[in-house]
Amino acid sequence: MIKKILKKVNSDGAFSLVKQVSAQVLESQEKYNSYITLTLDRASKRAQEIDSLLNAGKNPGPLAGIPVALKDNLLYSGEKMTCGSKILENYFSPYTGTAVEKLEEAGAIVIGKTNMDEFAMGSSGETSYFGPTKNPLHPDRVPGGSSSGSAAAVASGDVPIALGSDTGGSVRQPASFCGVCGLRPTYGRISRYGLSALASSIDQIGVLASSVEDTALVYSLISGHDPKDSTSLNEKGYELSDSIEEGVKGLKIGIPKEYMGETLHSEIRERILEISNKLVSAGAEVKEISLPSLEQALATYYIIAPAEISSNLARYDGVRYGFRAPEAQTLEEMYIESRTQGFGPEVKRRILLGTSILSSGNYESYYLKALKVRSMIKKEFEKIFSSIDLIFSPTTPTPPFKFGEVKDPMEMSMADSYTIPSSLAGLPAMSVPVGSIEKNLPVGAQLIGGTFSEPTIFRCARFMEKIYES
Amino acid sequence: MSPDYIVTIGLEVHVHLDTKTKLFCSCPNITGGEPNTRICPVCTGQPGALPVFNERVLFQAVLAALAINCRINHRSIFARKQYFYPDMPTNYQITQHELPIAEKGHLGGTGINRLHIEEDAGKLIHTGGSSLVDLNRASAPLIEIVTEPEITSPQEAGDFLRNLRQILRYAGVSDCDMEKGSMRCDANISLRKNQDDPLGVKSELKNLNSFRSVEMALDYEILRQSEILSSGGEVIQETRLWDEDSLRTKGMRTKEESDDYRFFSDPDLPPLLVGEDFVEEVATYLPEMPDARKNRFVTEFGLSEYDAGVLTQEKDTADYFEEALKVCGLKQSKMLASWLSVEVAGQLNALGVSMSDNPVKPAHLGSLVREISQGNVSGTMAKDIFAEMFETGFSPENIIEKKGLKQINSEDEINAFCEKVLKDNPDLVEKYLDGKHGVLGAMVGQVMKESRGQANPKKVNETLRRLIEKFQ
Ligand SMILES: [Zn+2]
Repeated sequence: MIKKILKKVNSDGAFSLVKQVSAQVLESQEKYNSYITLTLDRASKRAQEIDSLLNAGKNPGPLAGIPVALKDNLLYSGEKMTCGSKILENYFSPYTGTAVEKLEEAGAIVIGKTNMDEFAMGSSGETSYFGPTKNPLHPDRVPGGSSSGSAAAVASGDVPIALGSDTGGSVRQPASFCGVCGLRPTYGRISRYGLSALASSIDQIGVLASSVEDTALVYSLISGHDPKDSTSLNEKGYELSDSIEEGVKGLKIGIPKEYMGETLHSEIRERILEISNKLVSAGAEVKEISLPSLEQALATYYIIAPAEISSNLARYDGVRYGFRAPEAQTLEEMYIESRTQGFGPEVKRRILLGTSILSSGNYESYYLKALKVRSMIKKEFEKIFSSIDLIFSPTTPTPPFKFGEVKDPMEMSMADSYTIPSSLAGLPAMSVPVGSIEKNLPVGAQLIGGTFSEPTIFRCARFMEKIYES
Repeated sequence: MSPDYIVTIGLEVHVHLDTKTKLFCSCPNITGGEPNTRICPVCTGQPGALPVFNERVLFQAVLAALAINCRINHRSIFARKQYFYPDMPTNYQITQHELPIAEKGHLGGTGINRLHIEEDAGKLIHTGGSSLVDLNRASAPLIEIVTEPEITSPQEAGDFLRNLRQILRYAGVSDCDMEKGSMRCDANISLRKNQDDPLGVKSELKNLNSFRSVEMALDYEILRQSEILSSGGEVIQETRLWDEDSLRTKGMRTKEESDDYRFFSDPDLPPLLVGEDFVEEVATYLPEMPDARKNRFVTEFGLSEYDAGVLTQEKDTADYFEEALKVCGLKQSKMLASWLSVEVAGQLNALGVSMSDNPVKPAHLGSLVREISQGNVSGTMAKDIFAEMFETGFSPENIIEKKGLKQINSEDEINAFCEKVLKDNPDLVEKYLDGKHGVLGAMVGQVMKESRGQANPKKVNETLRRLIEKFQ
């Protein structure tokens, strides 16, 4: 897709492209509510700059003129950044984060900040203060979340790529629901500088794209060490190569039986088995494996993530920026009222949960225990990846559901149950669209690999993508 | 003060480390200034901003830890201490909790429990009806030093602090100025009846802004607690603020109301790893400590205990002395000591200038003392030369040369001055001849005036006597 657009930029210029994209974005915003802020004027100016570089015979970079969208928890200097919350409704980014900076350096043009579940807490896009985003493939259904707007922006064809963030599955799950690619890289591969923290030890910026090739290209441009993020891995970024076309011959792939259980939608199960057969025919070795810690992984996630959330979100207090309750008289009232009115119910639920988990009395029995289980899960994955290359599973147990269909938070969290374990282990994983099932609902396949195994993931994802390319 | 009770004191001392930049961002680490001019996304707690540890802080913290004989932990952890306060931009302070950078040291006779690194908070400025936040100081690097609860009197606490201040200033980790807030101290104090009893209920004293207030607040607290205990009452565990105006401590909050800080390790910062090599390298930067240096000044330079003490009080002064001594020679150590502690210190004090900003170079003071000792310059001339040196920063040789101030020793020249004075003052000559030999002093004075102080007074004295004899 990017290659096609680059050609267009070269022939017609970036300005003309941005003009077209702007018209489409305004239209799709009406239909799907994919964005919180549009940056179309700035995009036009950037396009003119890129055109003058092109006209002068200079190379503005590998993404010259490519329109991109950013999840609204990424900082982009001078623009609003709301995290989908009332508490940051009028917050303007004072700086640009590393990943976004790298995208711009490569010549990409930011056309808007996308809608999201409030503070990335949700799996349907429904918790946004700015209203839900509709799934462009099925506007009566949710696009998934929390990177709901980024997935929708790619699915509706507004942009070929968008950045999202993935903590428990917030890139992969909406990618699956919207029929696009979604990559969550190895923890520490993309700098978190300029990503509003949810759960710092799990958060990663991810890429949503219309093809595996585009995913790999963008990943190669924004990964790599960043001295501004102390958890960033001290390694060179991913280097683009032709290996994504190499096929799956010789790959050892495991399908965890725990991911194929009763709760899995039967047509999705069939789809996975169908792909499995094709993998075997193409020379891959596919076997059933076991990930016994699946259940503990969910429990662990819902202890560690809220604990970090409660701490990371403490800064939203109405003192320096963001919403401040106007009627508050005292300092304590200012804190309580600003936060009570500024945060939505799901955010408050997790802050309270996390505060309780870290309180003396609970810290050891919950938090410390969860850390131990987490390192156990990491070891379990390590052991698995000593004998196989990739884990293959559905991305979600169900296809996208209808608005309001899932109300219970526990049931909602099931939408992330297949994506959470690898998140906790800091491993790279990707959702790739593998056609559709009944009612034309999209299905996503998830590939999980060991640390730094993104090249292998891309290879296998490309193989699957080709099967269902129409 | 209170013979009925055994006093137990523990101190928690915060020291602001001297580094170019703050603990977790690259803002300048300078206190004061226009509010909110030394801030960035990190130290104002903007979303998405991340802390990056300043390696220079590690050097300074390890140096401080070694100076007070602590054991360095090769792996330490940054934790978040969580509480809401408007001077804390993220509403958590990054500190070290379970695993500090250093533990188990001692200074003087007092045990040190731990030393850890943490960030400072900003400052609240209360104006009529509203409060403003200045974050210039936010995320400035601090170390907190916690003593064992084994100090037994306010005086001992004061001595410990003075000693700590001197040592840390020597090591160059901080200027430790309590008034400027670069050294802050909280004190825990409890009383008990017998040595075998468990420690009594403690109060934690805050707002102690000088060594003197530490001692006074502890004195007051001993009185207050012993009155409660002797009348059969119970001390409650609480935080008390020292009030400089009323000279009392006042209860602030009791333990039950105190916060649960919900510590957990900071997921934005990896463990702090310190290799043995690094510790050994830092150790080479540890200077000779004040006590050892004082002893050496006595034995090596033949100075009195008192002079050696004065000269080694501050490292800058001691360094200056040794530098100057190289020029004037070991034999002049006492004269140099007196020049440095009287003339130089006097001038610096009068102008409020520190030794490090002394306009007179140590080598220059050394050569002035050498000139005096060789009889090239009289005491009075030396004082004028010194004044000039202090003002201009020139060397004494330069000033002597320029002003022609060199002592006159030539017999012909001195004869000429003396003859003129005898001729101009027949009355004095007459008095002298009458046996009033005391007037010789006045005549010497006249010669010195004529020679603009340059004639060698000893020679003038001899010459005058010789010439007057001839009148008889
Ligand atoms: Zn800063």
